[in-house]
Formats: sequence, C-alpha cells, structure tokens
Amino acid sequence: MQRRRSSETLKKPPQVHHKNQTDLSAWRKGKRTDPEKSVQRHQSPNDQESDSEQDSLEEALSYFEQVQDRISLKKNNVLQKHLTTVESIALQRGLPPEGFDVLLKVALSGKLADTVNTRLLKSLIPASVIPETSVVSAVSWLCVSKCSGNIQLLFLRWLITMFDFIDHKEELHALYGFFFSFLQDEKMCPYVCHLLYLLTRKESVKPFRIRRLLDLQVKMGMQSHLQALLSLYKLFCPELVTITLPGKMKTYFKNSEGPWKAAINTVRRRNQASSPVFQPLLLGPAPPQSRKRKWNTQLMIPASSTNRNNLEEDREKNCVKLYSRDESFPVEQLQTFSQLLQNIHHLEFPSQMGSVLTNPLLLHYMNCIKDESVYLRLYYWMGQTLQEECTWCVADNNQYEEEFRDFLETVYKTECFLQEGFSSCEEFLYKSLPLWDGVCCRSQVLRLVSWIPLSGFSEMKSHLYDPLVQLFFTSSLYFKCSVIESLKELLQNWLNWHAIHLDSESDSQVHSLNTTLSGLVNMVAELIHFVGWISTVALRLENNHTFLLYFVLDFYETVCDIYLRYNLPLLIMPPAGVFYPALLSMDSVNLNQLCYIMYRYRTNLVAAKENELSKKQMLQFKFSSQTYQEYNQYIIAMVGCLWTSSAFQKDTHPQGLRMDDELLKKTAVKEFKTSFNIVNHPAMMGYAVRFLQQAWPDDTTFNFSLIKGKRWDWYLEYLYSQDLKGLKVFIESSINRVSQASHSKAENVQV
Amino acid sequence: PPSPQDNADAQKTAFLLRKQWTLYSVTPLYRFSNAHLKHYAQLLSAFIAAEKQKGLAVEVGVELDIKVAVSSIPDLKGSDRDQDAILVQLSLRSPASRKNSEEKLVWSGCFCCVSGDHLSENLPEDFTCLPLFLANGAESYTSVVGRWFQKTFDCCFRRLAISPLNLSWMAAMWTGCQVDKTTSAMELVFSAPCLPYPLDISYAIHPEDAKALWDTVQKTPGEITQEEVDVFMDCLYSHFHRHFKIHLSATKLVKVSTAIASAHCDGIIKFLQSKYLAGVLMLLTELAISQIQ
Repeated sequence: MQRRRSSETLKKPPQVHHKNQTDLSAWRKGKRTDPEKSVQRHQSPNDQESDSEQDSLEEALSYFEQVQDRISLKKNNVLQKHLTTVESIALQRGLPPEGFDVLLKVALSGKLADTVNTRLLKSLIPASVIPETSVVSAVSWLCVSKCSGNIQLLFLRWLITMFDFIDHKEELHALYGFFFSFLQDEKMCPYVCHLLYLLTRKESVKPFRIRRLLDLQVKMGMQSHLQALLSLYKLFCPELVTITLPGKMKTYFKNSEGPWKAAINTVRRRNQASSPVFQPLLLGPAPPQSRKRKWNTQLMIPASSTNRNNLEEDREKNCVKLYSRDESFPVEQLQTFSQLLQNIHHLEFPSQMGSVLTNPLLLHYMNCIKDESVYLRLYYWMGQTLQEECTWCVADNNQYEEEFRDFLETVYKTECFLQEGFSSCEEFLYKSLPLWDGVCCRSQVLRLVSWIPLSGFSEMKSHLYDPLVQLFFTSSLYFKCSVIESLKELLQNWLNWHAIHLDSESDSQVHSLNTTLSGLVNMVAELIHFVGWISTVALRLENNHTFLLYFVLDFYETVCDIYLRYNLPLLIMPPAGVFYPALLSMDSVNLNQLCYIMYRYRTNLVAAKENELSKKQMLQFKFSSQTYQEYNQYIIAMVGCLWTSSAFQKDTHPQGLRMDDELLKKTAVKEFKTSFNIVNHPAMMGYAVRFLQQAWPDDTTFNFSLIKGKRWDWYLEYLYSQDLKGLKVFIESSINRVSQASHSKAENVQV
Repeated sequence: PPSPQDNADAQKTAFLLRKQWTLYSVTPLYRFSNAHLKHYAQLLSAFIAAEKQKGLAVEVGVELDIKVAVSSIPDLKGSDRDQDAILVQLSLRSPASRKNSEEKLVWSGCFCCVSGDHLSENLPEDFTCLPLFLANGAESYTSVVGRWFQKTFDCCFRRLAISPLNLSWMAAMWTGCQVDKTTSAMELVFSAPCLPYPLDISYAIHPEDAKALWDTVQKTPGEITQEEVDVFMDCLYSHFHRHFKIHLSATKLVKVSTAIASAHCDGIIKFLQSKYLAGVLMLLTELAISQIQ
C-alpha cells in the first residue's frame, strides 16, 4: 500500500533529477544545438569521461536494438563489449529512460541466451524514471512467452522492485487482468501476488477474482502472499471477503529486490536521495492477544481500521456497498500528515473510536471535526474501559497495574493533545478516587485530575476535594507536593479554557449552557480557597518544608496573575498560613518567589483599580475592599520586615508578626528590629556574607551593620546581580525610596 | 410487577425460558440498522469462519459450517420508544446431513431493551440502544460474536454482575408475584466470606410462607420501597438465626431462585415464567443501563 502511494507522488521528482542525472536526450541536444556548452564540457576531464560514456551507451543501445537471432556471447566480442558498457554505466549512474524500451524488448524476446538476458535485466537500474510504455511493451513480450521461465520470474521481480520508478501507472492498471492470469503459474504466483498487491485498487476487486484466489487458496493452502492479497481485497471490499491474519506474520512477500538493491542505493546516493523511499508493506495482523483471557477485555486499544459499517443499498444493482462514499479513504492507509491534509474531505473515523488514542493523525482530524457522535463513542468506550480495568476498584485486577498505568498515561497524553478533558475520565475519577489508596498509578491519576473539565454542575467538593483531602493529609511530603502541582495545572487548564472561550464568545452556545461567568468565578475561587486551606495545614504538618513551600508558591504564581493574564475578575490573596511561612522562609528561592508574587498582585490590583476608575468597561465584578486591605496588610508586614525593620510594630494582620517590645526584649536578641531585613533575614544572610567577603576580603568579623548608606545600595545591586529578580521587581515597585541618596528612609507603597 | 406484555407474545419470546443466560451490558451500537440484518448475518458468519481458520480467507455470502441468523423480535420491549430486540443464532450444519439442511442450534444471543428509553433520550440517531445482552451457549462463540459487534458497531460489552442488594430486591419482588401452580420452593443461597474453604448456605422457604410474610411487609400493592425489602430480608434473617444461630446478614447473598426466575450474582439468569418475563427484563435493563452510565 505504502509503495503504491508513494509511487503516485513520483510524478514530480524526475524534474528534480534531471539536473544531476545522465540524461541521454539532454546530452544529445547539448551536443547538437549548443556547441558552446559542449566545448565547455570538453574542458573538464570529468565531463569528457561522461561524454564518452554516453557515446558508448548510445552505441550499445543501438546495437541491442538491431541485434538479430541468437548470438553466442562467448564468440561475440561486440556483444560482450556492449553488454559490459550497459552494465557498468547502469550500476554506476543508472540508465536513462530511453534505454528501457530497447533493453526490455531484447531481454524478453528470447533472441539472446539467458545469461545475457539475465545480465541485461539485472542492469536495468533507472537513473530517474522508467517510462510506462516500455513496461507495457515488456508485458506484451512476457505474454507471448518467448523467454524462459527464469527470465519471466526475474522480470516480475524487477517490475516489483522498480514499481515506484515507473512514471505512470494507468496503462499498467489496465493490464491487471493479464497479471491476474499469471497466478496459475505456481512459480510466478508469489511474485504476481506481490505485483497485484501493488496494483490493486478498489475497482480491481471483483467477485470472480476473489473466487479465483479462494480456489488457489484451497489448492495451495495457507500462503502468505495469498493472505496479503486477500487481506487487501478485504480492506477494499469487506462485504465480499474476510480474513483474520495470524498474529505473528511479519513478511508477506519474498524479497524480490535482491539483485538490484545495492545498485539502486548507489544510484540513489548519487542522485542525492531524492528517489522514492521503500517502505515496508503495512498490513494489519491480528492484534496480539492480551494476557487476559477475557474476550471482551477492553484495555487493548483497538487498531485503527476502516469503518465497515456504512451499509448502503444500491437499489439499481441490488447489492450492498459497505462504504457510504466510494472515494472514502481507508484509515489503515493514513500514515503521514500530508496524506491527512490531502484526504481530509473524505476521511472517515475508524470503526472503533478508541483507536484514535494511539493515532495522532486521527486526533488532529478529531480536533477539526466537531461531531457529537465522535465524542459519544469515545465516551462510552473509555468509560467502560476505565471502570472495567481499574486496578483498585475491581478485585483481581491488581496484577495488571502496569497495563492500566500505561492506559491512563495514554489517556492523559490524549487530553494534553486535544487540550481538553474527557467527561468519561472525569466520571471515572469521581467514582474511583474514594477507593484509591494514593499509591497505585499515582502520577497518572493526579495528572488526570488536572484535566477535569470546568463544568457548572459538578460538585467538586464532594467529588474531588473530600476524597483527595483524606489522602493528602495522611500521605508523604512528595504526595502533597504532587497534589498541589496537579491542582495548579487544573487551575491553569480552567483559566486557559476560560480565556480561549472568551475570545470566541460568538460560539457561546457551548459554554453558556454549562457555565456563567459568576459560576466560573465561584468554581475557580473554590479551588483556590481549597488549595489555600490544604497548603496551610500541610505547611504546618511538614514544618514549613522548603520543598512543599516551593510548590505552594508555584500555585500562587498563577493565582496572583488571574486578572491580567486570563482576564478573569478574581484575585485571592494567599492565607496567612502560607504568606508568613514564605516571608520567614529559610530559603532565598522561596522568599524571592514571594516577592515576585506580591509584585504581580500589586500590578493586577493597580490595573483593576484603574479600570474601575476609568469605567472603561461596565464592571460586573469589583474586587472587594477586603482584598485590597489584605494586600496592604501583607505589604506592610513585608516592607517592615525586609526594609524598614518595623514589622514587629507595624504589622496589623491578626495572624501577623506584631509583638510587644517587652516580649521581644525577653528573647534576648539584641538587634531584634533588623533581624528580618534583607541583610539579616535568614534566607538572605548567605548573600550578605558573600557580599562582605567580596567587598572587604580582609575583614573576617562579618559585621553586617557595615551594610548601610551607599553600601546598602551596593548590596542591593549585588543582590540583583544574583538573579533575585523577584526581589528586584518587588523593591522597585513597592518601596518608595524618598531619594536615592537617603537609603533607609523608605516607605512601603500601598494600593 | 405487572407485565406489559401478554400471553399473545409468549410464543415469540418462549426461546428465553428455562435456559441459563449470561448477562452483559452493551453500550449503544453505532450505525446499527434493522434494515441490514441479513447482511450482518452473512458478514458475521464469514467472520466466525475466518476467526476459526486464521489465515484463510473466507468469501462472504457462501454457505459455511456455521449458519448465522440475525432477526428482530419486535415484541420484546417495554414501550414503543424501546428499540426492537435483536436475536443472533448460530447453528451448526453437520457435514453429513448437509443435504437435508439439518441444523443444530449451538449458541444464541439476544440484545434487548425493556423500558430503557431514558438511555436513548439525548442520543443522536446514529446510536441504537440495546443495553442488555443475554447469551446462551459456549463462551467461545460469545467471544467471537461480541468481538464482531464491538468492531462493527463500536460498542463495549461488560459482564453484568448482580449485587446482593439487587438480588434481595429480586427476592422480594418475585415473592409477591402470583403464580398459578406454586410448585417449587423459594431458595436463597448465601456465601460465607473470608473462609479458607467455600461455605454456601442454602435457605429454602415455602413460597406460600414467603408470600404471606411479604404481604405483611408491603404497604401499597404495586409499589416496593427499599425499606420494605430490608424489613422482608431482616425477617427472614432473624427467623434463620432463631433456628441456626447464624447471622445471614453477615454473609453474602449469591443466588435467588423462585418460581418466576432464578438469578446468580455472577450475572446468570434463568427465566421460568413467560408472564413475568418482561418484568424481569425491565429490571435487568435498568441494571445494565446503570452499569453503562
């Protein structure tokens, strides 16, 4: 099938070849009409050589054209000379199209001895293309059987090997019946089958031919070449014949390109690999049996095969056609993206929708065709498969965890490809999460969670959050991190979905049914509050673990930008249980990330306020003053900590750092006020040490109080150069430095 | 429950009676058409032959060893909104008696939908809802036929197990049904869990006693509630406990046999009364649909 298809595209390449091939006619023209060029050519030794080769090839061809009855090779030096010429030129650079007619005729006419004919056939290597007419006349010589059986076989093998080099195939198709009649010959049968396999089109499949092949099958038993041809017939006309191929078959045809393979490769390399590529025959063998003996096991993702089920009665002929449209393109033949583009108007989905999961081309097609039945078929198949094969819901299934894991992985990849979640998968999660142990197929299940579609009615709390929370609190740190990561992806997927559908508001039927804007805002808010809550508890359980904090802040990096990046009027500040552990984190990565997040909150809030003031748009949604108030409380605490060393006095958050001086004095820390500024903060102290080392290499006292005045500015520059970009944007936006010179008199900027 | 069908149709559905049927749920068939049943039979018989002799091609439409008949049974449904049931029969043509066309029925399968129209409510026309599939015969045939249907109509088959809860419903419902001749006893089979060896407990009750008990439990005739079913079963359990000191409530109900039908939790059923056939099928359709959705 492949070869036939690639041959159809062969019509163009010759033009490319002409540039660097030995073209006899071009050479003639050049010699006769363009003396100037021929002079030039004679100047180069290479060209001279090739010219003399052309001359001798032309001589040889005209010799073979006129050769009379049987001449012995041994006694005839002229024949020997010309034969050697043809052979050497053919093997090195291939023969020009004109050569084939003459040489095929002489090889098949039986005029010369078989040794000569064999050598001639073996040297029929095309430099570019083989003219169809020369093949047709060769076939007519074959039919009069003047040559020996061995030569007939060799010719057929040559024809199969060179099939893709033949410039047209129409007349060759007209000879289908002639080839078919050669099936009777036992020796020729395998090669004829192969040739017919290359030639067969839907219209070639006729009931009488099927019967002939079945008769042959009875006579010869199971033969792989017959199987191949019959299964191609089945592909085109499943209403006439059917066959189940045994599972282990790999090759269906004997290798026929042996004698020519090396030469073709040489010529192809010379012609810079622009000739057709041989691809293996593609036949669907029976799918490997699953380890399970259950017949209806569905974990096997079916192979793509044509939908045979479009029975349409043709009233006049009173027969049944299985394809609804004759020209529909069988999915088995769909191998490349360009084929998809060429056939997209008459492509049909495979008979079993589940097969699209492993076929990216069909997924592309699915993305273009918004057909309800496509999704329904997939919905039923996937829903049943997930339920039936789930290793933790169905007893006795646990031995197949690996299989199931691969299946979930495939489903997840498909969702990523289509950029949407399957509702069957969502239902599966809701049904199976309460029974899940949090271990089995962990990463697959959590990744599938991230593709739960945004739909108005689903009660996320009871379906997703409640079962997840039980596992979350009782599982390891890494599990907690993965849960938060997949919920971040879930949030992003929802926001992306909203942003895309906002753009295409015109086709709003889809989502206006399911979600209103307020419904959507509520669902997103519910998710964010949920993650805020579990993050707070988890940070406490895990002792503010840096790794966990990293995932939590990663989540808020999406949250803080919802208004500007996704155009959704929603901003939710992190709870104090997340904010303060991050602010007092021992790790500069987390502190830096918190700074960046606060900067983005500021940018979003400022933009929202501006929009509100200018009333550019009628705002249905306003951020509540509480959000601004929360932000301001946090910013006071942050600036108080990092910059003005006044957090213990000024923090107004109820869960904040505010403490009485008396109490602080009891801690016996001397410089408690400055203990969280950008110099003394545990997360920053490392930088301060490095800074002092670089600035005063001789001083080993590490006197941090030296960093003030101008040095404070240098220190800042140093910090910025250490990739603390979050800190930089935060300080530049949120701290209003009275003047660049008076460093320490800075204030926090409130929104 | 009262049967929507009457004795007039009894003959056409009689093939279902007194045989063991294995139950499956089937998702809606895509592009199935009642107009092409004959061709489906031809294709299916060629498919079976090709599967049997892997690697040999089979011509479609010729006479093969296994004859396939696909027919529709318009009578086997609950309302006009249900699809016609489809019967698939495989018969063996013995080579010796090919001339006198003697055939032996070896396998039958029946797709049906009795009062299950809520499944098809929002489905496009391309889909045919026959959610309940019953098979009688060798599983190897069920497998081939099932695979052909899955391939051709993009549907999924799943074994339909019956939960102990649903079995107790069947026990209560069937106890209340009127049967002309009450010959056989009502039998409940329980299985004790978590034992190194299987222990089944068979509990047989005289049908009239069971009926008398049920009549005291049921408040409104023609209507059954979960509460009533629970009370009924609890009465049977406490009676058993009084005699044998065994708490049946701690075991698993695996089989219910009455004069109406017998059902096993593995999803095997035997219909015994044509009068109540449709009623039982309706309940099974319901179970099949809930497994699909």
